[in-house]
This record gives sequence, structure tokens and C-alpha cells, in this order.
Amino acid sequence: MIAVVSSVLAQASEWVSPTIDWHALAPEIVLVIGINIVLLLDLQLPDSKKWAMASITGFVLLAAFIPVVTLWVIGDDTRSLFDGRYVIDEYALVLKGLFLLAAYVIVLMSQTELEEGGYYQGEFYVLLLCSVLGMVMMASSRDLVSIFVALELLSIPAYMMAAWRKRDEKSNEAGVKYYLLGVFASAVLLYGMSLLYGATRSTLLTDIGAALSDGDLIALEVVAVVFVLCGFAFKISAVPFHTWAPDTYEGAPLPVTAFLSVASKAAGFVALMSIIFIAFPGADGVSEPLIWTLAVLTMTIGNVLALRQTNVVRLLAYSSVSQGGFILMPLAYAGDPNAGGSALNAVIVYLLVYAFMNLGAFAVVMAVTRKTRSAEMSAFGGLFGYAPGLATAMTIFFASLAGIPPLGGWFAKFNAFRAVLDAGTTSAYVLAAIAAVNTVIAAAYYMRVLRIVWMDDAPDGDTSPIVTPAPIAAALGLTVIGTIVLGVLPNIVARFGDVDTLTGALGS
Amino acid sequence: METLTDQNWLLSVGVFLPLVGVLVMMFIPRDDESTHKTIGIVTAGATLVIGLITLLNFDYDQSEKLQFFVDAEWIPVINSNYTVGLDGISLPLYVLSMAVTFLVMIYTWDNMPDAGNPKAFYMLMLVLQTGMAGTFVAQDLILFFVFFEVVLLPMYFMIGVWGGENRKYASLKFFLYTMFGSAFMLVAFLALFFQTDAVSFGFAHLVDAGASVDRDVQIWIFAGMFLGFAVKVPMFPFHTWLPDAHTQAPTQGSVILAAILLKLGTYGFVRIAIPMLPEGAKAWAPVIGILAVIGIIYGALGCLAQTDMKRLIAFSSVAHMGFVMLGIATLTEFGINAAIFGMVAHGLITGMLFFLAGSVKHRYHTLEIKRLSGMLVQAPRLGWILGFSAMASLGLPGLAGFWGEFPVILSAYNPNFGLSEELFRTLMVIAAVGTVLAAAYLLWLYQRTAFGEPSDEFTSGHGSSDGDGAHHGATPQPVGAAVNDDADHGDEIYDVTPIEWVAWTPFLVFIVVFGVYPQLMFQVIDPAVTDMVARLGETLGP
Repeated sequence: MIAVVSSVLAQASEWVSPTIDWHALAPEIVLVIGINIVLLLDLQLPDSKKWAMASITGFVLLAAFIPVVTLWVIGDDTRSLFDGRYVIDEYALVLKGLFLLAAYVIVLMSQTELEEGGYYQGEFYVLLLCSVLGMVMMASSRDLVSIFVALELLSIPAYMMAAWRKRDEKSNEAGVKYYLLGVFASAVLLYGMSLLYGATRSTLLTDIGAALSDGDLIALEVVAVVFVLCGFAFKISAVPFHTWAPDTYEGAPLPVTAFLSVASKAAGFVALMSIIFIAFPGADGVSEPLIWTLAVLTMTIGNVLALRQTNVVRLLAYSSVSQGGFILMPLAYAGDPNAGGSALNAVIVYLLVYAFMNLGAFAVVMAVTRKTRSAEMSAFGGLFGYAPGLATAMTIFFASLAGIPPLGGWFAKFNAFRAVLDAGTTSAYVLAAIAAVNTVIAAAYYMRVLRIVWMDDAPDGDTSPIVTPAPIAAALGLTVIGTIVLGVLPNIVARFGDVDTLTGALGS
Repeated sequence: METLTDQNWLLSVGVFLPLVGVLVMMFIPRDDESTHKTIGIVTAGATLVIGLITLLNFDYDQSEKLQFFVDAEWIPVINSNYTVGLDGISLPLYVLSMAVTFLVMIYTWDNMPDAGNPKAFYMLMLVLQTGMAGTFVAQDLILFFVFFEVVLLPMYFMIGVWGGENRKYASLKFFLYTMFGSAFMLVAFLALFFQTDAVSFGFAHLVDAGASVDRDVQIWIFAGMFLGFAVKVPMFPFHTWLPDAHTQAPTQGSVILAAILLKLGTYGFVRIAIPMLPEGAKAWAPVIGILAVIGIIYGALGCLAQTDMKRLIAFSSVAHMGFVMLGIATLTEFGINAAIFGMVAHGLITGMLFFLAGSVKHRYHTLEIKRLSGMLVQAPRLGWILGFSAMASLGLPGLAGFWGEFPVILSAYNPNFGLSEELFRTLMVIAAVGTVLAAAYLLWLYQRTAFGEPSDEFTSGHGSSDGDGAHHGATPQPVGAAVNDDADHGDEIYDVTPIEWVAWTPFLVFIVVFGVYPQLMFQVIDPAVTDMVARLGETLGP
């Protein structure tokens, strides 16, 4: 015992503090400071002034965005911290920017919801910022431990946020369901990670990548890979691990639903990409068929279930499951020498575009349900007649989700197809054909909603106009412009997706 | 590619000008209906002027070359450029799309569909115009795809909001069919891109490189494109969306659908599928030919069975587009020339017929053939125009329809590139029978609706019928006005109104002009088609 302790101490004496690149960590640091500010201010502010919390949170997010921009502008060289366990490269920066922007839109959406519902505001924003911090960390994590820490940091606040409408049974159900399944997934993931560590003797993704590429996989490694992938499949609500999503999405407050379906899901994809591209290129024999199957199941079953929904929020929940299948699709060819680069590009582009259009879709639903008090499809009837602005915005988002040019969604889908067909194998063509059929099925339910919006009469003839609060209008403005601009000039977003440093990490 | 003129801005302005109108209308309140109508018509008129300037500046001696060519960077990451250009094949369709939109808008001034809201209606038509014009000038597959899809949503809403009773079903069916086709088309585009070394989506490059793709691969890629374009044409057996969409669409929607949207499919075959995949085209030509002829006969029989005038015209579209596709399937210069002529002729004639159907519906509040009769007595001018259009549609020599059908039948006698003569000559004979059937259903339609005495249903209370135009001018149809009792339509049967004359005269004039002097259009199309078929010949042999 003493020997062990002394050997540890002996090692400790050799330990030198690592040099820290403060600029590289600035977004995280700003967020940490911001979290404390929000927390402390919340204690001081009287209830009548709690509305200020949203603005402060918004400022914190924008402040954290500044170093992301400066890092992007300054440099093309990768900043690697802690022996390559925490890396700030183009890939990480693009995604950090995405998380911060998405969170900003969520804050805009949350403001009225929280104020009008009389829910705790300060606590909510603290949790939101914590979750965003986890996401921002996730984008840089290149080590199993930091990935897991980031994952928990982003998930645990989200469990609570899902149950924020505490007097509502459905919201409680949403929180509990999300929590239980999320914890279960974490356990599966952790188990897989421990096996992976056992098999490769490292938690560093690049080391794992090297170890797995070294000869054939042994059974233990195969099991580890499968467990890790399935763990993340929960996070990105891939079928058959999607069961939590519809209930959670329906029960949670709408801004939280938007947050889960966009930011939280994107974070899951980010971790998945880091692991697949850096740690699992040697395991593509296992990971690719698995992801191929997950992608097909996810897009198809998500779509088929979405077809049957009569509630717009549930429909968006299933549609987001199905969109997840499309995002997953290129990853099935991540290891392909032709398609690898375009697969990475496709996923990043999809996540960026998806963030705009899906956040926008939820913002519209929020704006409308404030009046109708119901998210049933029939409640949206006649919207075009009495609220043409909102109806147009809704048309833009839903058509974009359906992938109709010139709205952003088409380019995301197109790019996913492109990455898959770049591989050029028979399985790739089969996958593309299945995805093509799925775009049509998806179009059916998106168009069904638009049909009600445009062609049905308002229920009960209630055509009083809708007053959209300024923050929601701002969120709508941002997302509408984003969706259209990304569709007409996709090069803006395609350029961000064109990062090769992630795969470059293998060589270093 | 060298630039032939220095007016390269013309096409981009022509394509995107309508969107300026949309932007302006967005900021004007909805109640200001006549302002919206004016802005819409002015924008479409300005666009048409740009189109006419294009027409004047077009170098007809080099119509096989792309003119007004622009090649700007658009999405370099996926090697797609903003490439637009115009040659003899595109030019007639491009200008037609502008003219039709403009005339339809004029027609709408007095004939707003019942659902009202001209603001949205005009905005959608302008967006539609951008999509249509863009499709005809795009010289890059991705750009083409974007424009090709842009037309979907406006048409979906036009049918769905302003359509007939069954509009919701019809609009969704239209949308899903087209979406289904275009999803596979996109996969085919991408496959072609990767099979040609993933360098460019530009048409020029793909036409050069596509020919060297393996024959089997070409056949598969062609299959994908076939799905996309055949749904749009529509070819049998993908035509089932068309009768529903046409019947339910408002008059304006039907006219645009028939005159332009259907051409996007046939244009796709001529511009993309066949030049880029010669081997695939040759392998598929017999299939296309057979389906085209089935379409001709099936469409004609369908027409004979219809009891609704508009549905009858819709089915006749299936038959006419069958002729166009048969011409394309022969892969001969003669056939493809005739096919493109047929596209324009069908656009004018069937567009005109749908206008007439709309006006009949407006007056009689029904399109049931057996309830209509004696139109020549009650509204003689309307009746004569219907007769004229029916004659044009059945392919009477001297009118435009003839030059779209007769040469097609001739061309099938001698298909190009060693396609089976037995097969195509059989198809020729069947297609010829189709023209007889066409005469039958159109004349029968005319006989039942225009001849005879007006039915009692529409004559009671028939007072002053002398002041045709003035009569209507005095009492314009209020939008969404309550319709009188069924029995009391008599005094609503008025003849052609001034607005209708304005909108229809160009159609009628050009049906005659192109019928009497088809060379006017053939001389524009022919060099481009000859060039294309010669390129096919390089791969497929003599």
C-alpha cells in the first residue's frame, strides 16, 4: 500500500504543469465566468427583474462567440492541448460556433415561455449555459474521458430542463424518461469505453485509432466498438434507441425540445464523428455496417411513424429522428478513402443547416401555440389566412426540412447523398435509393402540415391575429434568413464543412 | 466557351426579375388588391420585355451555340457553378414561359379564383416564373435541379389553395409524384457526376465526358433520370397525377402547368438525359417509344370516356406529350425538332383550351359536357375560339399543332442509330391511329358543347345578349361572390370579355403564325438539334 502511494507520489513530483493556451480555451472560460455571473445575479435580483436573466445569458453566449471568431480568423494551425486530448481546430471551432448560436436562439425562444409560464428563470439559464459548456467542450474533446465528461455535462442539465414545467405531468414524464434512458445509455457507453481502454490501453482517441488499425480486431475490440456506437445512438435518437425522443419532445417545454433536437443531438453527432474518424478508422468493418443499418432504420422508421402523427410537436420529434438518419448516412462511409472527406463535410453541413431550419420550425410552432393553446395539427388550420407572415415562415422551415430548393435543407440532403455516392459501392447506391424514397415519405408529412396551414379553415372560425413577442420574432428572423441564405448560397456553409484537420489528427 | 454577345446580364435579369416583384409585394398590405395585380402584371411584363430583348439579340446564325453565356462560381466545394446560357432548343421555351405567365396574369385581373387573396396568388406566379425560366437556361445540373424544384411549391399551393373541390388530394398527389421522380433524378445526377471523374456539373463537360461511361452504368443512370423526367412529362404509367392536378387546379394553374411545367420533363430528356448518356438513351429509346405510344392511345381513350371538359383536356395532354416523347425516342433530328416544336405548340394550344375551360366554368358554373350545349348560340365568339383551338389541338394542317404531330409520325418511320425499324414503324402506325382518335374526341367535345340549342338550364331569364363585352365590363365578377341559384344562370352567359381578348389573342395569333410558317421556329431549333444528334452519332455510330 505504502509502496503504491509512494510510487504515485514519485510520479507526482515529476509532474509539470502543462502549458495552457488561454486563447484557445477562452470560449469555455467565458462560459464558466458567465455561468457564475448568472447564478450570482439571479440570487440578487428581485422577481420583478428576472426578465433580465435572458438578456444576460444572451450576452454571455455572444461573448463566448467572440473568441471563437478570433480563433477562426487568426489561425489555421491546430492548437492542441493536454497531449492532444483537447484540440481546437477548424472542425471544433465551426461546431462551437454552431452550439453557441443555437443556444442564443434557444434563449430568445425561452424568454417568453418562461416568463408567461411563471417558471424559474435564473436556474434555467444557468443549466442551459452548463449544457452549452458541455457541448463546446465536446467539440474539442479527443479523449474518451473528456468526451464522457462533456457528454454528462451537457446531458444532466438537459434532464432537468426537460421537466421544467413542473406542474405538468407530461413534462415530468419527459424528464424522467429522458433521464432514465439517458443514464442507461451513458452506462452502455461507459462500459464500451472501459472495454476499449482495456483492449487498447489508452483513452486518447489517436492511440485507440492506432491500436485498432494494427492488425485484425479481436472480439473484445468488436464488442467495445459496438457498445460505444450504441451508447451514442441513444444520444442522437437513432432507431431502435429513439423511444425516449417523442415523449420527451412532446412533454418538455418547447424551447427545451428545440434545444434537445438540435443542439444536444448535434453534440452527440460531434462526439460520434470524433470517435469514428479518429479512433475507429481501423474498425470500419464493424462500425460501417452498423451505422449503415442504423441510418436506414432511423430514417425509415422515423418517417413512417411521423406519417401517423396528428400533433405537430410529435411530428417534429419523429421528423427529427428521421433527419438524424440522414445525418448518420454519410458516416457509414467515413472510412472510405474516396468518401471520408465528403462524409465529414456532409455531416457538418447538415448539422449547421438543420440547426437553422429545425429551430425555426419550433419557433413558429411556439408562436402559433401561444394563441391556439394546442399543437394538434388541426389547430394550425387557416394560419395562412390570419397570420400570413408566420405561415410563410412555417412554409419555409417545413419545405426546407423536406429538402426543397432553394431552401437550406436541399443542400444538406444533397451533400449527404453526394458523400454516400462518392463511395461508389453497391451498398452506397442502395443506401442512396432508400434515402431517396425516404425524402418522398418525409415530404408527405411536411406537406400535410403545410396543407392544413394554407388550405384549411381556422378551427372555430377564430381568426384573431397572432401577436408574436419580440424575442420570438427575432429568433424567427434569424432562422428564416439563415435557412434561405444557406440554400441560395450554400458555399458559405459548405466552406465551413470543408475541414480536413480532423482526419489529419490521425497522422500527428 | 467563347462569349457571343456582351449582354450576358440578360438571362440573369430575365430569370430573377420576377423575384423583385415578389419582394415589393411583400411589403404592401394584402387588402390593396389592385396594386398587387398591377405590380404582378408590370413585373411579368418587364420580364417579358427582357425576354423579347433576348429574342432580338439572339444570334440566329449560331443558334447551336450557347449565347448570353455566364459561368460564375457558385458552390465550388461541390464543383457546381452558376452557369446559364441559351441556345436554339431553350430559346422558344424560355420566351414562351415568360409570355404565358404575363398573359395568365392579365387574365387573372378579372378572373381571380374564388379563394381570393391576389397578393399571394401573384407572388406565387412570379416565383413560378423564376423557376421555369431558370430551368430553361441552367447549364449546370445542380442549378437545373434547383430551378426544377423551385416550381414545385408554388404550384402545390396554387392547386391546393385556389383549386376545385378535390384540391387537397390533387395537390398532394402532384407534389409527391414529382418529388419521387426528382429524388431519383438527383441520385442519377450525382452518379453521373462521379462516373465522369467528379470534375464538374456543367452540361458542356458532362456531354463530353458522359459518352465514355460504361454502357451498363449509363443505362442505370438513365433510369434514374427517366423517373424524374417521365413523371414530369408525364408519361404513361406515371401520368395519374396529371388529370387530378389539371382538373382541380385553378384555370391559371392549369394553363401554366400545361404550357410550361410539362415541358420541363421533355426538355430534361432533350437537354440532359439523351446528350449526356447516348448509350443509355439508345437502350431506353424503345421503352420510351412504347410508353409514349401507350400514352397516346390511353390518353385518347381516356378523353373519350370523360364527362368533364377540363378533365378531357387534361387527358389530351397525356396523348400530346406522348407524341413529343415518341419524337424524342426516335433520336432523329427530324423527330427531336418536331418534338420541341410540339412542346411549344402544345403549350399554346392546350394552354388556350384550359383558358376556355376556365371561362366556360366561369359562365356556366359547370364543365359537365352533357349539360353544356349551344355555346355558338349563346356566346358565339367563345364558341368559335373553342372550335379553333380544338382544330389546332387535333393537328389540323395550317395550325401549330400539325407540326408537332405529323413530323413525329414521319420520323418514327426511320429511327436513328440502328433502333429497331419494325418496332418504330409499328409505333408509327399506332400513333397515326391516335391522331384519328384525337380528332374523334375533340370534334365530339366540340359538337356536344358548341352545337345545338342552349340547354334550358342556361336560357331562363336570358335577357340582353347584345352587348357582350360591355355587359361584362359593367358588372365585373366580384371575387368570391355568392353564386345565384343553379336554375338562374341565363343572364351570366356572356361572350368573350376585353380582358380575355387581351390575354387570348397572342395565343391565337401564334397558333396561326407557327402553323402557317413553322420555319420561323424550326430555323431556331434545327441547328441546335442537328448539333446534338451529330454528337450522339459520334458515340453511337451512323
